[in-house]
Amino acid sequence: MAHVHFGAVQKIYANGFEAVKPASFTITDGEFVVLVGPSGCGKSTMLRMIAGLEEISSGVLRIADRVVNDIDPADRDIAMVFQNYALYPHMTVRNNIGYGLKNRAVPRDVIAKKVDEAASMLNLTEYLDRKPSQLSGGQRQRVAMGRAIVRDPALFLFDEPLSNLDAKLRNQMRIEIKALQRRLGVTSVYVTHDQVEAMTMADRIIVMNGGVIEQIGTPAEIYKNPASTFVASFMGAPPMNLLNVTRDGTGLRLADQVLNIAVTDIDETVTLGIRPEDIVPDPNGSLSIHVDIIEELGAHRLLHGRLDEQPITVHVPKDHDVMTGVSRFSMPLHAVSLFDAKSGLRLS
Amino acid sequence: MKFSQKPLKRIRISTVMDHLVLILGALFMLVPMLMVLQLASVPDVEIIQRGPSLHIGDQLDDNFIKAMFEASGFSGENTGLSMLMNSFILGIGFAIGKIVLGMMAAYAIVYFRLRFATLAFWAIFTTLLLPLEVRILPSYEIVQSLGMLNTYQGLIVPLIASATATFFFRQFFMSVPEELVEAARIDGAGPVKFFVDILVPLSRTMIAAMFIIMFVYGWNQYLWPTMITTDEDMYTLVRGIKQIIQVFEGTNLPEYGRGNLLAMIAVIPPVLIVVFFQSWFVKGLTESDK
Repeated sequence: MAHVHFGAVQKIYANGFEAVKPASFTITDGEFVVLVGPSGCGKSTMLRMIAGLEEISSGVLRIADRVVNDIDPADRDIAMVFQNYALYPHMTVRNNIGYGLKNRAVPRDVIAKKVDEAASMLNLTEYLDRKPSQLSGGQRQRVAMGRAIVRDPALFLFDEPLSNLDAKLRNQMRIEIKALQRRLGVTSVYVTHDQVEAMTMADRIIVMNGGVIEQIGTPAEIYKNPASTFVASFMGAPPMNLLNVTRDGTGLRLADQVLNIAVTDIDETVTLGIRPEDIVPDPNGSLSIHVDIIEELGAHRLLHGRLDEQPITVHVPKDHDVMTGVSRFSMPLHAVSLFDAKSGLRLS
Repeated sequence: MKFSQKPLKRIRISTVMDHLVLILGALFMLVPMLMVLQLASVPDVEIIQRGPSLHIGDQLDDNFIKAMFEASGFSGENTGLSMLMNSFILGIGFAIGKIVLGMMAAYAIVYFRLRFATLAFWAIFTTLLLPLEVRILPSYEIVQSLGMLNTYQGLIVPLIASATATFFFRQFFMSVPEELVEAARIDGAGPVKFFVDILVPLSRTMIAAMFIIMFVYGWNQYLWPTMITTDEDMYTLVRGIKQIIQVFEGTNLPEYGRGNLLAMIAVIPPVLIVVFFQSWFVKGLTESDK
């Protein structure tokens, strides 16, 4: 177990592309951190720098207080689970799991014992003598996990491990991985582009965009107080509604409604963010939304419509009857986030 | 009572025609082989007198014993058996040498950040344009000055540098997923371990396919053994057959029967190898279990 410290770590590729802008943060001992962002945001590069598969251009990376910039992946005391499992196809499950130990000259009986332990933890015992090609996707993923845990590393790295599984299996493996990590208490860094995975698994989320860390925080913090319009629109399904509002005296004007929010200290244009579930149907409400499409989701409904020609999504409970056309809604001011329209950054 | 018999497969006229053509073609291709067999079964005198005929003689076993166990030539011990042995050593040494060298060259080109890796690869590739026949004099000169005439090393080593094998293994290694290399690095496998533990086992069907091609190629070498081996106990089968038939001096007849029988024997090992390893061969060139 270990903490990981990033000191202005930067990655510039040979062609001059800056994949990761200097980033500084600390992952504490036993924490499950999820790096999330759209493809090409630098999250995988970040993970691969921790693994040692990618060189660090500048800055200092410490794992358990040891500077690892120039240390070989094999000597960093890490284990990694890959997107395509990366199992050795010619080896049995047993040999796949034990290969890392064998290379470290661990005695045979110890390897056998550890492999058996890991296999029983992952319900793989009956498959130990099969080849990876004889296993299902979920089982292969578990073998990849087994290969990681058998070495008792200080740090687990996951590179989109669930993206090749079908939706149902993904939900199940998500819980299994999280439970396993809790039980073993090993510091973990998990990369995904799926914000649901990030929200459900993480102790803390790091949201990245274009090589820059947009926000670091617990899932609840990030959901409730997104640091930028990017985070607001990336996290949450459906995403936060972002509406352009204009100043009106000391308050803000949204369509016909003047919001009683004091914004005296700024004079730029403002973007207002509100989660779809924070907009509530209210016959006396001041927001009149023209509902175009009703999306039936069983447990609830999503209404897609327009508020003063700006697209807006509203989340209503299943027992609330709605029809397309104009309806009235209201929104509580405490649920509103405000962003600088130009920079996209949150206004306090 | 129920009939659980499968419905008879309908035989279509086009299928029959297809097979007829194939069978006729196969028989046609067999004619030279049958002719050699016929020539090996009659006394040598008869061949001089009548040439190839439909007459099957009774000399087959005599010729076989002579071919396999009696030495021919002036000095040496070049019985058919010893020539067969030499051919096997050449064929197997040639195939293994080419595979080992080709794999290692491809490994270096694909997995290591060499400065001129691509250039090196194309330099190797262009040697396809320079077959042995083109460079035979300098090659001979080098082998001769190293004192390797009439040795197995001299026979094998100058032939094993192979652009073909390097190319095939390069293409194969490039199709091995990058993640596998990374997983092995994290598992603590260095370059040698990765090669031996992972790349070689992954390539085994490829190796088998290469072995078949290269064995047959090595077995059929004629020019190079003719240059390098002057000592009769170093003769290979392909070279030895010719030597037998060539002797036509004084009143001695060329030993046609013996030569033809050796020719038959020389065909058998490559055929057997191809027949038995056919499935591996196809697998190696078409699929892989990465």
